[in-house]
Amino acid sequence: MKHTIQKIYIGLILILLYAPIATLIVLSFNASKTRAKWGGFTLKWYGELFQNEAIMGALTHTLLIAFLSAVIASVIGTAACLGILHMRKRTRTIFLGITNIPMLNADIVTGISLMLLYLAFGASFGFSTVLMAHITFNIPYVILSVMPKLSQMNYSTYEAGLDLGGSPAYVFFVIVFPEIFPGILSGFLMAFTMSLDDFIITHFTKGPGIDTLSTKIYTELKKGIKPEIYSLSTLLFLSVLILLLIINLKPDKRKEMTAQ
Amino acid sequence: MKQWTALLLLAVITALLTGCGRKTGPNGEVIVYNWGEYIDPDVLVMFEEETGISVIYDEFETNEIMYPKIENGASLYDVVCPSDYMIEKMIQNELLAEINFDHIPNIKNIDSQYLIQSREFDPDNKYSVPFCFGTVGILYNKTMVDSPIDSWDILWDERYKDNILMQDSVRDAFMVALKRLGYSMNSTDETQLQQAKESLIVQKALTQAYVVDQVRDKMIGNEAAIGVIYSGEAIYTKSENNDLEYVIPKEGTNIWIDSWVIPKNAPNKENAEKFINFLCRADIALKNFEYITYSTPNAAARALITDDEIRSNPVAFPDFTQYDNLETYRYLGEDATYQYNALWKEVKSY
Repeated sequence: MKHTIQKIYIGLILILLYAPIATLIVLSFNASKTRAKWGGFTLKWYGELFQNEAIMGALTHTLLIAFLSAVIASVIGTAACLGILHMRKRTRTIFLGITNIPMLNADIVTGISLMLLYLAFGASFGFSTVLMAHITFNIPYVILSVMPKLSQMNYSTYEAGLDLGGSPAYVFFVIVFPEIFPGILSGFLMAFTMSLDDFIITHFTKGPGIDTLSTKIYTELKKGIKPEIYSLSTLLFLSVLILLLIINLKPDKRKEMTAQ
Repeated sequence: MKQWTALLLLAVITALLTGCGRKTGPNGEVIVYNWGEYIDPDVLVMFEEETGISVIYDEFETNEIMYPKIENGASLYDVVCPSDYMIEKMIQNELLAEINFDHIPNIKNIDSQYLIQSREFDPDNKYSVPFCFGTVGILYNKTMVDSPIDSWDILWDERYKDNILMQDSVRDAFMVALKRLGYSMNSTDETQLQQAKESLIVQKALTQAYVVDQVRDKMIGNEAAIGVIYSGEAIYTKSENNDLEYVIPKEGTNIWIDSWVIPKNAPNKENAEKFINFLCRADIALKNFEYITYSTPNAAARALITDDEIRSNPVAFPDFTQYDNLETYRYLGEDATYQYNALWKEVKSY
C-alpha cells in the first residue's frame, strides 16, 4: 500500500514537471497554427524554423554569447579563485562575500545598473555590451564551483612541483589545472546555461539589431508566439536531454573499466 | 598554453569587432524599431536592394517598453512604430521630430479618414504616418448565443455566465465599461470612473477569465461564447472557425492606430523618411497587410487586394462615417494613469 502511494506521488510529480514540455513538443508537430485545433502531423515548422533568418540569427547570437561569456568567465573566475585562495582569512571572507552579491542580486538591478554604467561611458549598445554583461554575471558562478575544488587540493603538490624546478605557470597547468578541472567544467556549464536563458539583463544591455532567443521570443508577444518557436524549443530540450544522458552515462563506463 | 591564450584573445577581439563594426550599405543605414512580427521580412530585403540603405531592425513588445529606450537615448533609432496614445505622450515630451512630407510623396496612398482620425493624438498630422489600425469589438460564436449581438450589454448578460472572455488590460477593460455607460473612453471624471469600476466588478462574476491573446485560441476551440478581441485577430479566428462573428458594438469603441514616427535624436532622418515612403508604396503595403493581417490604412494597397471578400470586409475596413462614437486612446497624463491603475487593481482584487 505504502509502495503504491509512493509510486503515485512520484508519478504525479513527474507529470507536473514534464506535462508542459510534452504539450510543447506535441504542438510543434501540429499542422494547425492554433493550439485549439489538431490539424494533423507535420514537420513543416521544423523546415520553416531553419529558413527563418531572424530566429536563426537570434540562435547564433545566443550560442555565441553563451559560449564566449562562459569561456571568458571561466578564465577570469579561475584566476580570481587562485588570488582569493592566497588571501588572509578576513580578506578572503570579504571577497567571497562580494562575489556572492551579484548572484543573489535581482537580475533587474544588475541589468539596469549595467545599462546606466554603459550610458555613463557613452558605449554604443550591441553585441559587446551584452557579452560584457553576461561575463559579469557569470564570473560568480565559476568562482562558486572552482573554489571548493581548489581548497580541497593539497597545496604541497604545487610547492613540490616548484621545488622540482617547474615555472609557476607550468606547474599550474600540469598539476593544479587537472585537479580543479571538474570544478572549472561545472562552472563553465553553469555559466553557459545561465547566459543561455537570461532575459532581463540582456534586455537592458542590448542594442538595435541584436537579439538573443529570449528577447526575440518575447517580442512575439503582441501577435502570439509562432509554432516555429515550439519546434526550436523542442530541439533545445532534446539537445539538453542528450547532453545529460552522455554526461550521466560516462562515469559508469569509467567505473566498469577500472573494475575490469 | 600560448596557443590557448592566443585563441582566446582572437575570440574576444572578433566578438568586440562584430559588436562595433556594423556592415553599412553604400547609402548608410536606417535603424528601425518596430513591434514584433509587424513587418514582412522580405520588405526589408527589398528596401535594402532598392535603396542601398542597410536596415538595422529591432523589435519591442509593448509601448511601455519602447518608451524609456527612446527617452533615455541608450540606443538611437531612426524610425519607430508606437501606438496612438504613446505618440501623443512622445509629442508632449518633445521626443519626436517633425516629418518632412516632401520626402514622403506616397502619403497620398493613405486614406484621409485615417489621417483625420490621427488628429486625436497628432493634431496637425506633423509627426506620424499611419501603418496599421484596428478596432476593438466583440467576437461571438453564432451557435452559442441566441440572437445577433450589437451591444456591449451582452458582456453583462447573466445567461452567458462563465462564457465571457474579457481583455486583461486597464484601458481596454475601462473602455468597454465607459462606452457602455455612454461616456468617453478617455474620461478622467472621478464619478464616471467609479461607475465604470462598479460595473466591471459586477461583470467580473460573469466572466470566465481575463485574457490577452488566449482569447483567439479559446474562441477557436469553442471554449467560450463571447470575447472582447482586436479586429486584426477577428479575420484569422473566423478562417479557423466559421461560427465566429465579429461586431463593433453600437455604443462605439476604440479605434487604435500604430503609426511611424521619427525620434528627435534620429541619426539618419532622411533615410527614415525614405523608409516610411517605401512602406507607403501600394505594393509594399499590400505585402505587409498580407503578412501582418492587421488592417492597412493604405487605400491604394486595399485596391490591389484580389480577394473581394477581404477587400470589402467591414471588419477589416470599417467605414468611419457610419459611426459617430469611435474614439482613439489619448495619453491622459500621470495622475489619470495612476487613477485608472488604482481602480483596475480594485476590480482585479475584488
